[in-house]
Amino acid sequence: MRRAAVLGTGQTHHRARRTDVSMAGLCREAIDRALADAGTDWSQIDAVVVGKAPDLFEGVMMPELFLASALGAAGKPLLRVHTAGSVGGATAIVATSLVRAGVHRRVLAVAFEKQSESNAMWALSIQPPFTAPIGAGAGGYFAPHIRSYIRRFGAPPHIGALVAVKDRRNGALNPYAHLRQPEITLESVQSSRMLWDPVRYDETCPSSDGACAIVIGDDEAASSSSRQVAWIRATAMRTEPTFYAGKDHVNPRAGAVAAEALWAAAGIRSPLDEIDVAELYVPFSWFEPMWLENVGFVGQGDGWKLVESGETRIGGALPVNPSGGVLCSNPIGASGLLRFAEAAMQVMGRAGEHQVPGAATALGHAYGGGSQFFSMWVVGRQP
Amino acid sequence: MNTVAVIGFAQSGHSLTTSGVETLVPVIRDALEDAGLAKQEVGFWCSGSSDYLAGRAFSFVNAVDAIGAVPPISESHVEMDAAWALYEAYVKILAGEAETALVYGFGKASAGELSRVLALQMDPYTAAPLWPDAVSVAALQARLGLEAGLFTERDMATVAARDQGGDVEAMLGRPYLSDPLRAHDVARVKDGAAAVVLAAGERARVQRERPAWISGFAHRVDPQGLGERDLTTVPSAIAAGHDAELDGDLDLVALHAPFTHQELLLRAALGLPAEKIIPSDGNAMFSAGLSRIGVAAEQVMSGRANRVAGHATSGPALQQNLVCVLSSGEA
Amino acid sequence: MTIAFDYTRSLGPVLGRFMAGLRDRRVLGSRTADGRVHVPPVEYDPVTCEPVTDLVEVSPTGTVLSWTWTEGQSSGWALVRLDGADTALLHTVGAGAREHLRTGLRVRIRWAGDRTGHIRDIECFEPGEAEATPETAEGEPVAIMTTPIRLSYRHTTSDEEDRYLRALAEGRLIGQRCPACHKVYVPPRVCPADGVAPDEVVEIADRGMVTTFCVVNVPFAGQRLDPPYVVAQVLLDGADIPIQHLILGVGAEQVRMGLRVAAVWRDREQWSFTPENIAHFEPTGEPDAPYESYAEHL
Repeated sequence: MRRAAVLGTGQTHHRARRTDVSMAGLCREAIDRALADAGTDWSQIDAVVVGKAPDLFEGVMMPELFLASALGAAGKPLLRVHTAGSVGGATAIVATSLVRAGVHRRVLAVAFEKQSESNAMWALSIQPPFTAPIGAGAGGYFAPHIRSYIRRFGAPPHIGALVAVKDRRNGALNPYAHLRQPEITLESVQSSRMLWDPVRYDETCPSSDGACAIVIGDDEAASSSSRQVAWIRATAMRTEPTFYAGKDHVNPRAGAVAAEALWAAAGIRSPLDEIDVAELYVPFSWFEPMWLENVGFVGQGDGWKLVESGETRIGGALPVNPSGGVLCSNPIGASGLLRFAEAAMQVMGRAGEHQVPGAATALGHAYGGGSQFFSMWVVGRQP
Repeated sequence: MNTVAVIGFAQSGHSLTTSGVETLVPVIRDALEDAGLAKQEVGFWCSGSSDYLAGRAFSFVNAVDAIGAVPPISESHVEMDAAWALYEAYVKILAGEAETALVYGFGKASAGELSRVLALQMDPYTAAPLWPDAVSVAALQARLGLEAGLFTERDMATVAARDQGGDVEAMLGRPYLSDPLRAHDVARVKDGAAAVVLAAGERARVQRERPAWISGFAHRVDPQGLGERDLTTVPSAIAAGHDAELDGDLDLVALHAPFTHQELLLRAALGLPAEKIIPSDGNAMFSAGLSRIGVAAEQVMSGRANRVAGHATSGPALQQNLVCVLSSGEA
Repeated sequence: MTIAFDYTRSLGPVLGRFMAGLRDRRVLGSRTADGRVHVPPVEYDPVTCEPVTDLVEVSPTGTVLSWTWTEGQSSGWALVRLDGADTALLHTVGAGAREHLRTGLRVRIRWAGDRTGHIRDIECFEPGEAEATPETAEGEPVAIMTTPIRLSYRHTTSDEEDRYLRALAEGRLIGQRCPACHKVYVPPRVCPADGVAPDEVVEIADRGMVTTFCVVNVPFAGQRLDPPYVVAQVLLDGADIPIQHLILGVGAEQVRMGLRVAAVWRDREQWSFTPENIAHFEPTGEPDAPYESYAEHL
């Protein structure tokens, strides 16, 4: 198989409301940074892949069509991916396949969400007729599964708060993060309002406007880059239904199977030993221990122990979300691509203040829908 | 590099009547049967559909239920006509990341007011707030073509008569719907679903005596602004045709043209004679493009043709175009 | 069903100035590197991809490049190239123009009386030449433009859904068994694990156990109840998959995993073909179900 690498990444300053820019302006802020980081220009971009979550969020049907020119896609191939919350990861993976297939030399992947154009909770509350009138919101979907996790493994109640403190403090090291809270403490998280019991306000992701872009290149493009690239060692995507009899919402099979395929393709036998840093898609803090188990860093029931030991902080055995993660910035459609881009930034040594020293191999992870769409990649300093 | 072929195709009849996923089940089953493949043997699944067509966020998620994705599957989705999902699956196989793929598209255009829904594809600042309906937008394009002398209203009616039956003279005597378009110039919008099965070289030969080998597959997009492009040429179709090595050496072509004048513009852009066009019985939103490729591939698989092409379009006034060339011989 | 929302579009520097111009009865186009003037303005140069910063005023009078009129409508559509611009603007043409409408017709903007910095500040185009507009200083750019979107959709039920709703109207709950895995789904549907239509219809009790739940304390758009309230996964006796429902009639702090609950139906007179016939679930007073009995359903 041909090799592919991330040549450069870019992202916006994520905020609750980026009212200073249009949708095109938001995307271009990320794209222009990615092109500069990749040391490339528009003439070298062969195709554009756009990722975004539901069109109802912005009230534009297939916005990539009206954005085609502003995204530099006019006259080129343009694909629009939508795989729910995992879409950012799927976008990067589709772009990777285009390069690996030998179809293109350099592909621009961009994902965005401009949540301030509407109200995501409203858009998600739209149900077909004849469904029971149970409004629970996004947190209401996931909170019961978090309760199940706590019950299944007897996890102590402060684990979610520990993750929140870590991620928000990490976010303070990331100039692009929406929430930057260096002063946050375990006590302040635990005294924040209970939103969807057992999930508290400070354990919940914000709603953000933001975009992320990456340039993926082939072997030759990577070799001609004067800067360190992030070699894409493996990708994986898996899907299962939202609900089915016997579905494990705590440890979804699709996530576990995707991770097994990913580690096998990357030649990784012991993820905890061989991965230097992980960017996991954690919209509610409790998902950090759940995903640590699901992707196989630790055994079932041991995720919360790794969190409690402090080993997922920067400086620990497996720093998780040094960027602050989804808990600090959540432009839904872009959140997955941000995980993938942040993993690449770590191995390229360009993560700034939240750089994990010596990071050579990193995991980018995203999920979406009802814990059913999973996308992941492993990137490394070496191919 | 891998070679890739179409090895199976199915589409729904006219019975796609519910909003649920049950209508997808037989289409997927029939396509697999046509390909001689078991569900568990599909290496990659990819679909195309639209939330706005369905009227709710994440409408494609339920469609996964029609697959029966336990154990989990390798799967992706594009918010586009499923012809572009076919392209994504083709690339996966080319890259060696999958050996087989099933691609499906679906849409129930009758659930909403399609012409109004499609206004939301237009620029959300300067155009969509005016709610330009899709037929009027197409009519503006048709007039430009007529007044440039590229075709006549009679040419348009001739396309309609081929697909829908009827007498050209009588058709021309009918009133305008959106001047200069008459009712017959608008392809009948239908609800529908379609599925196409792909396989890599070795596997395709095992599955089927006569696969439809993909010799060229490409797509491009034009700027959207109706005032920013020449609406009478279709640069993205020309470029896609060029990339896909579409030439005159074709037996049949299945074009995806939501309006009669758009077929005429596409024929001119791609250099296709009228007699090679496979008639169309309507426009099933988000599966029509995939379906056109399937129909073309079927001609090869059945032995009725040796070299064919399928085409898909998306966006207002032929903004985005895709061309897939298929033949009986492996490249 | 109708979906409606007033979208708030932030405009950015170029569109913000364009909309402010409309508010002040001026049309601004963007000038790209090749010297072409685009109306409506492009934010990025289509040739160089660079951001466009140069906005110039064009005339409110222009020429129709193409047009259409839909039978029965009070206005038509046209592509109009304003004098001084190189590209055409899509907008409406007012009723009075119908007789004269032709390609090449000279038309001018009819301004809306109440202008807010919106594309609708142009009410429509009408035949004629505009009078010269007095020079005015450029006003503050518009930051946000509100765009209401309202669409209606019709939902068509499947056979399984139909059967389920008819049973509900009679105060019954039914499920259907998957012929492949033999699991009972409530509501009945295509088996998501096997992708096959369900067959055997199974009567389901209107009682069961809470597998897991959360307490909703947060208000949000689209919400139908005032918080706090408990949303639980309820595994009905005879079903193999939980349904989501409300647990009321008990303090939120008393709801627990394994709690036995029963449906509280609305008054029979209110029943129709809807799951809303069940108002909520409440505890039955039976002993809690042991964890092992629902561990597989979490």
